[in-house]
Amino acid sequence: MARALINAPANAKRGEAIEIKTLISHTMETGFRPDSTGKPLPRDIITDFTCKYNGQEIFRAELFPTIAANPFLTFFTLATESGTLSFEWTGDNGFTATESVNISVE
Amino acid sequence: MMRDDEVSQRTRRRFLIDTAALAGVAGIGLALEADPAAATPGSMHDAIRKIVGEAPLGKGRVKIDIPALIENGNAVPLTVSCDSPMTQEDHVKAIHVFTEKNPQPNVIGVHLGPRAGRASVSTRIRLSDSQKLIAVAQMNDGSFWSDEVEVVVTLAACLEGT
Repeated sequence: MARALINAPANAKRGEAIEIKTLISHTMETGFRPDSTGKPLPRDIITDFTCKYNGQEIFRAELFPTIAANPFLTFFTLATESGTLSFEWTGDNGFTATESVNISVE
Repeated sequence: MMRDDEVSQRTRRRFLIDTAALAGVAGIGLALEADPAAATPGSMHDAIRKIVGEAPLGKGRVKIDIPALIENGNAVPLTVSCDSPMTQEDHVKAIHVFTEKNPQPNVIGVHLGPRAGRASVSTRIRLSDSQKLIAVAQMNDGSFWSDEVEVVVTLAACLEGT
C-alpha cells in the first residue's frame, strides 16, 4: 500500500469551507521516458482520485502523466456534518489506495 | 483516451533521421506533426474542444496561479481558482488544465460541485518546455471560461531519461 498523507482539520464550524490536502507516494512514470536501451518505460500513473464525505462524492480528479511524482492535491469542501472523509486513488496496473480521516463539525 | 499506444518507440536519433527525410519530401510542418511525443498547439486545442464542444469559450472568471519563471520543470506548483459563489444555483462543475508542449496536452481534470465551498485546486505538475498553459472552467449553466499563462522553464522535466 502506498503511503498517503492527508491534512484536513479535525474540527470545523458548520458551513465553513475547509481545505483538504492530500499527498500519496507514487512514481507517476509518464510512459514517455526511455530506459537505458531507448525503449520507453511503460506508463504507470494514478489516473483517478475521489474524495467522499460520509459516502457522498464531493471531489473527483482525473490525473494525467503531466502530474508530478507523488501526486499532491489541495481542494476545499464545506463542513456540513461530523463524519468521515474517505479518499481513494486508482491507477495503472491495478493500483488502488484508500485513506480516511474523521472530522467533527459543530 | 490515452495516447500510450501512439508513443513513439523510436529513439531520438531515429526521429531526427525521419524528420530530415520527411522534411525533404513533405515539408517541415508535416514532419513536426508526425512526432507523437510532443503535444502541439493543435492537439491542445483538440483536447480543449473535446471538453468544451462547440460552446463558446469566454475569457476570465478562472485564474491560473503558477510561477512565471520555473527553475525545475519536474514539480511545478499550480493553483487554479475560479471566481464563483459556489451555490446550488451558480457553481463550477469542472476545471480542466491543458499544456501546449508537454508530450500530451491534458494536465488534470477535476469535478466539483456546490459542496466544494470554494472553487480552488492545487497540485504539482511537470513541464517539458517553456510554453502556454490554459485552464478551462465549466459552470453549471453550461458556460465555459478560460485563462492562459505563459511560463518559462529553465530545467525541463526529463523526457530523454537521466
